[in-house]
Amino acid sequence: MEEKDKILDIRDLDVSFRTSAGMIHALRGVNIDLYRGETVAIVGESGSGKSVSMKAAMGLMASNAVFNGGEVIFRYKDDNGEIKEVDILKQDKKWIRRNINGKHMAMVFQDPMTSLDPTMTIGKQITEGMIAHLGISKKEAWERAKGLLEEVGIVDAEKRMKNYPHQLSGGMRQRVVIAIALSCDPDLLICDEPTTALDVTIQAVIIDLIRKVQKERGISVIYITHDLGVVAKVADYVNVMYAGKIVEVGNVNEIFYEPAHPYTWGLLSAMPDLGTDDDRLYTIPGSPPNLLHDVKGDAFAARNPFALAIDEMEHPPMFKITETHSAATWLLDPRAPKVEMPEELKKRIERMRKEAE
Amino acid sequence: MTNYTEKDFVLLGERDIQTDTNFASQPYWRGVFKRFFAKKRSVVGLIIVLVIIVLAFFGPLLSQNGYRDITSVKDPETGKEIVARGLDPQIPWLDKLLGKEADDGLFADKTFLFGTDDLGRDLWTRTWYGARVSLLIAFVTIFIDVIIGMTYGLVSGYFGGAVDSVMQRFVEIANSVPRLVIVSVLAIFMPKGIGLVIVALLITEWIGMSKIARAEMLKIKEMEYVLAGRTLGASNFSIIFKDVLPNTVGPIITQVMFSIPTAIFTEAFLSFVGVGIMLPECSVGSLIEDGFNNITTLPYQIVPPIIVLALLMLGFNFIGDGLREALAPKLDDM
Amino acid sequence: MKKYVFKRILTAVITLLIITFLLFTLVRIMPGNPFPSERMTDEAIAAKREEMGLNDNIFVQFWNYMKNVMKGDFGKGTSLYNGAPIKTVLGKSLANSFKIGGIAILLGTFVGLVLGVVAALNRDKFMDVFCSVVSILGVCVPAYVFLIFLQYNFAYKTTLLPYFFDSRRFFESTIIPSVSMSLFTMSTIARFTRNEMVEIMDSDYVLLAESKGMYGSKLITRHVLRNALIPVVTVLAPLVVDLLTGALVVEKIYGIQGIGKLMVDAISGEGIDYNYVLALGILYSALYIGIMLIVDLVYGLLDPRIRISSKGGDK
Repeated sequence: MEEKDKILDIRDLDVSFRTSAGMIHALRGVNIDLYRGETVAIVGESGSGKSVSMKAAMGLMASNAVFNGGEVIFRYKDDNGEIKEVDILKQDKKWIRRNINGKHMAMVFQDPMTSLDPTMTIGKQITEGMIAHLGISKKEAWERAKGLLEEVGIVDAEKRMKNYPHQLSGGMRQRVVIAIALSCDPDLLICDEPTTALDVTIQAVIIDLIRKVQKERGISVIYITHDLGVVAKVADYVNVMYAGKIVEVGNVNEIFYEPAHPYTWGLLSAMPDLGTDDDRLYTIPGSPPNLLHDVKGDAFAARNPFALAIDEMEHPPMFKITETHSAATWLLDPRAPKVEMPEELKKRIERMRKEAE
Repeated sequence: MTNYTEKDFVLLGERDIQTDTNFASQPYWRGVFKRFFAKKRSVVGLIIVLVIIVLAFFGPLLSQNGYRDITSVKDPETGKEIVARGLDPQIPWLDKLLGKEADDGLFADKTFLFGTDDLGRDLWTRTWYGARVSLLIAFVTIFIDVIIGMTYGLVSGYFGGAVDSVMQRFVEIANSVPRLVIVSVLAIFMPKGIGLVIVALLITEWIGMSKIARAEMLKIKEMEYVLAGRTLGASNFSIIFKDVLPNTVGPIITQVMFSIPTAIFTEAFLSFVGVGIMLPECSVGSLIEDGFNNITTLPYQIVPPIIVLALLMLGFNFIGDGLREALAPKLDDM
Repeated sequence: MKKYVFKRILTAVITLLIITFLLFTLVRIMPGNPFPSERMTDEAIAAKREEMGLNDNIFVQFWNYMKNVMKGDFGKGTSLYNGAPIKTVLGKSLANSFKIGGIAILLGTFVGLVLGVVAALNRDKFMDVFCSVVSILGVCVPAYVFLIFLQYNFAYKTTLLPYFFDSRRFFESTIIPSVSMSLFTMSTIARFTRNEMVEIMDSDYVLLAESKGMYGSKLITRHVLRNALIPVVTVLAPLVVDLLTGALVVEKIYGIQGIGKLMVDAISGEGIDYNYVLALGILYSALYIGIMLIVDLVYGLLDPRIRISSKGGDK
């Protein structure tokens, strides 16, 4: 197999936010890899830092963000077809906007009801980026935008172009947002919970749409979500994030069938599942730690039924399980007692395996 | 990592799983207070208002002069009464302390922190007495307005339907009459003075309160636990008192904090125009008018009431802003 | 949109009619002698009442009054200006008030907008702090205090500007009253614009625009300013009304023959002039309702969410 082409490489990303309550240590050393054409999902509870890490990658951080360290290496082909490698964190906003945002990296946001400009027509919002980045005429951009709207499944595109966002339904708006993201043919598409704000019936449609354009255009996708059902459907690799750190990473089969971190166990157990006769839904006890305060040891220890004494003293390193799978839990240390995942979860995974076959 | 031994790798087993340090179940009002006092502005506002209130009630006691007393001294040579007109601020003991040459005038031993006005009245006493009148007018009228407005809003929201729409039409019309016009019509029916100011404020300021109460009522009426309460036979009154009133406390207090400065402003304005507080009574507004009338001869007479007025505005606005933010905290942007 | 405009105008007209009727009734049922300036016997008063139609049914009286008002005839003053027709006095006063008030509102709006935008673009920096200090000052200190201050310093201590309004030195005479009246408008608009801008700069759609690669002035003019300025229109209505109220004292102090001074004269003198109170009451209410109507319509025109209301509708 040929050497895979790495497109995004986030190393030890460490970010705090200045707030009125004090410094919030939102990202505490995040590592994420993404290869061309693949889909990576980032999973975690709200507040775990999923969106923040992607906003950092896009250079969209709020002004109260403080970078404590790390790098975000992005590789792309520039206008002359040469392969360039930049550290997004070292570039100024203007440069990122002009050379990266929209052009090579685009984003789909969570809530389509608020992410479109209410006073600008759909057509203008789609063509805006193309005119800025591709240097094409208004007319040409307009024609292309029509094509894009048809590609994302909007009928009578011509008419919709003249509409304002409030005249479209939520699902339609999200299609428009996707069309905007695709308008300059980016290499990387970041989808920040693109379906959470939508009706259940529309969710699947939007996910299928994203998968379709990914296949057709061969772009890489980062999927931020807390919905493991979505992850199973779209992702090649999964990063499980907890309290500003990646705690487990692996390909989709490894995460779903051989999870190693107790937090991942919890997430999988908490998934609604029709196959079970137990009608209670499992929830992970407690809530994430307050990142205003320093976290000592493993951030998950306090909620972990399988915590070890050492979890309260030292944060576990990433233990490598296979070439693609690693997890940050002391349970994988040779000195640790042998702990199996809960019986209930084992059964559930067994069922999932069967269903998949 | 070698410094950890086997015994660090034991399961901790069953423990109390730690819950919530983020959104720990703090009592609602403690959270509000904490957020309120965390803001410098709101604390400054509160201090300003408290200091002025204290001075308004105890300030006049510090002076030997009443607010209507005219200070005069018998001239030892001519035997004529000399009135202490238009004196600059003077504090004899402080001058002595600082070793300043004492004034050898007739009033050298008298203390006038803010000086005296054109008639020889102590401005310190008058300023705080005026502040007291202004504050009392504001507090009393706003208190009554809260009661009127809440009743109106609760009734309108509770009954809904035709009652509500008639009552709301009325509010719309009442809201479309400029305050000025209300005052002018009132001036036909009422003698000028404190009563006119109070009635004018009563007529105009309740509308905001009624809107808050009605909105809250409508919101709560839809909630399931209230519906459940009603089906279980909870009386209308208990619904209003137990469920609606506590929820309106926050927004109403905030509204009050913005209405009080409006009331003070209006009073000052009416008194200045000459339909408000009448001589020899005084309020912040009438003191400013007095000061203005003497501005060419005693330019500093106008300064204390203006500063008191501005500080009251500032203080109440700061408190109002702080309360509003404390009641509806915005999540910190990440 | 047509339906919206029609409905708004109709409500405004009906509201104004109701208010006018109420004012008319209240003023006509007032206690006491409507002719305070003249010494008359009871019979003479009764005759005069009859002559003026004061004994008719109130609706008939209102109808007759409104017929005259439509022609611009508000009758004569009962005590002010020796009974000159209100129409002439009012016309002159309106012109004066509009000129000075107009300058004040334009000045305040313009400076306020600039200040608010500059503050928002320099969030938490010097200009932001400066803007908030200025707007606090403007909100906490009444216009007439600024007027007194300006008058004392620039017309009394130094005689750069006229001490009282002087129609022969019109331009110089407008500076002090316009500036002092504009400060409240300015600070309110500055504060509002600043907060609106800041909120929009944090909004999702601005984030989306940034993720498209928009930045700098393009981002601000296309996505931030447009959305921030539309709601500013809505604060203009209450501000104009505050200005009308503020003009009362300002005109009184600075000796401007405007509607504000007219109002003060009508209510604060020895005898209250009922006809002026009525005429001015109608005028002020009409101004108030008219301004609210205009602002609503302008807002509807600017905001596509109101302009084009039907979901998925054409046009």
